Amino acid sequence: MVVKVYGAAYASPKRVLVCLVEKEVDFETIPIDLFKGEHKHPEFLKLQPFGTVPLIQDGDYTLYESRAIIRYYAEKYKSQGTALLGKTIEERGLVEQWLEVEAHNFHPPLNNLVLHILFASALGFPSDPKVIQESEEKLGKVLDIYEERLSKSKYLAGDFFSLADLSHLPFTQYMVTLLGKEYLIKDRKHVSAWWNDISNRPSWKKVLEFGTPF
Amino acid sequence: MVVKVYGPFYASPKRVLVCLVEKEIEFETSPIDLFKGEHKDPEFLKLQPFGQVPVIQDGDYTLYESRAIIRYYAEKYKSQGTDLLGKTIEERGLVEQWLEVEASNYHPPLDNLVIQILFAPELGLPSDPKIIQESEEKLGKVLDVYEERLSKSKYLAGDFFSLADLSHLPFTYYLANSMEKEYMIKDRKHVSAWWDDISNRPSWKKVLQQFGAPF
Repeated sequence: MVVKVYGAAYASPKRVLVCLVEKEVDFETIPIDLFKGEHKHPEFLKLQPFGTVPLIQDGDYTLYESRAIIRYYAEKYKSQGTALLGKTIEERGLVEQWLEVEAHNFHPPLNNLVLHILFASALGFPSDPKVIQESEEKLGKVLDIYEERLSKSKYLAGDFFSLADLSHLPFTQYMVTLLGKEYLIKDRKHVSAWWNDISNRPSWKKVLEFGTPF
Repeated sequence: MVVKVYGPFYASPKRVLVCLVEKEIEFETSPIDLFKGEHKDPEFLKLQPFGQVPVIQDGDYTLYESRAIIRYYAEKYKSQGTDLLGKTIEERGLVEQWLEVEASNYHPPLDNLVIQILFAPELGLPSDPKIIQESEEKLGKVLDVYEERLSKSKYLAGDFFSLADLSHLPFTYYLANSMEKEYMIKDRKHVSAWWDDISNRPSWKKVLQQFGAPF
């Protein structure tokens, strides 16, 4: 029984894919075309009532929300593949803290850039230069704090790679490539070293083979 | 050594307080006045570089982000007080799913309403009727999904109270009380029963009674 992952072409599902590769868990992927609105089809909404990807099916267990799925597999296969939750409850607390920072401080402005730069041009709706400018400024301030943090520890939660770092991979990949905002990383020495490290992991290179919708 | 919680007056720190009460963990609180900008003071930024509440200090361990802190204490004291993570890894997966739904689907439109309806007048800022209307519509659609879910299980992650439910308490309290949007709960039978249940827990009543709310 392999895990089924819906929507592998998109960024959030790639959080799940890279986690499964790190944990050495077999999976297969089921394409969902957001541009055709397949995530709003009644059959899909039965599985994921909010109409978003990713979604996994593992036997008769269904789970959605990328950051919930990666926590589930990191815990279920704790002693298989790469440990992604730290060694102690205190380390896991810091993994949780930086996962939350990713979700609430880092992701929203970056997601605005993705919507207004990549999705707007793909879907032919107008992008808002004010939102782009404000989001870029916000993201810069968040990355200033990352720079300070990463001057003291190799990874976000400490000197170990974890879900907190992994969760940054898919959208930061857009930032340095398709969005043309690589300077936000390159201009910050420790953020840049961290990005080079995590984006060169074999797991991430393998996941990039699933392509992007843009 | 008791846990110190910063900013008990506000909603996000109350996620932590109600979790600590459920887990029977002693704590003390340290007030932070957001209206005076105390969360941007250099001393506070050393603890929480993003300038937000809550933060906890537990001996020499410091942690921020309310939903990280509640996960930490629910796990650290797994067998003390109320179990908040479910019994199996699969149950915990569903707790995580609904915690994420709370954070990513439920909270953003509700937070917009809190900022526009409660914080804006307090800070003398104009509120934006368009944001209010759009946020209310979005939140209504999210609550429609909750209604369907709660028609099948008593709580969000299953037939057990968990962090997923607990995480909704502080901001839903604003929704049901301070913002005159109680209809959003009352008009949905199962959501309404769920809200009555969780908001009547002694832990939540204790937190409200001891720490009040800014609105």
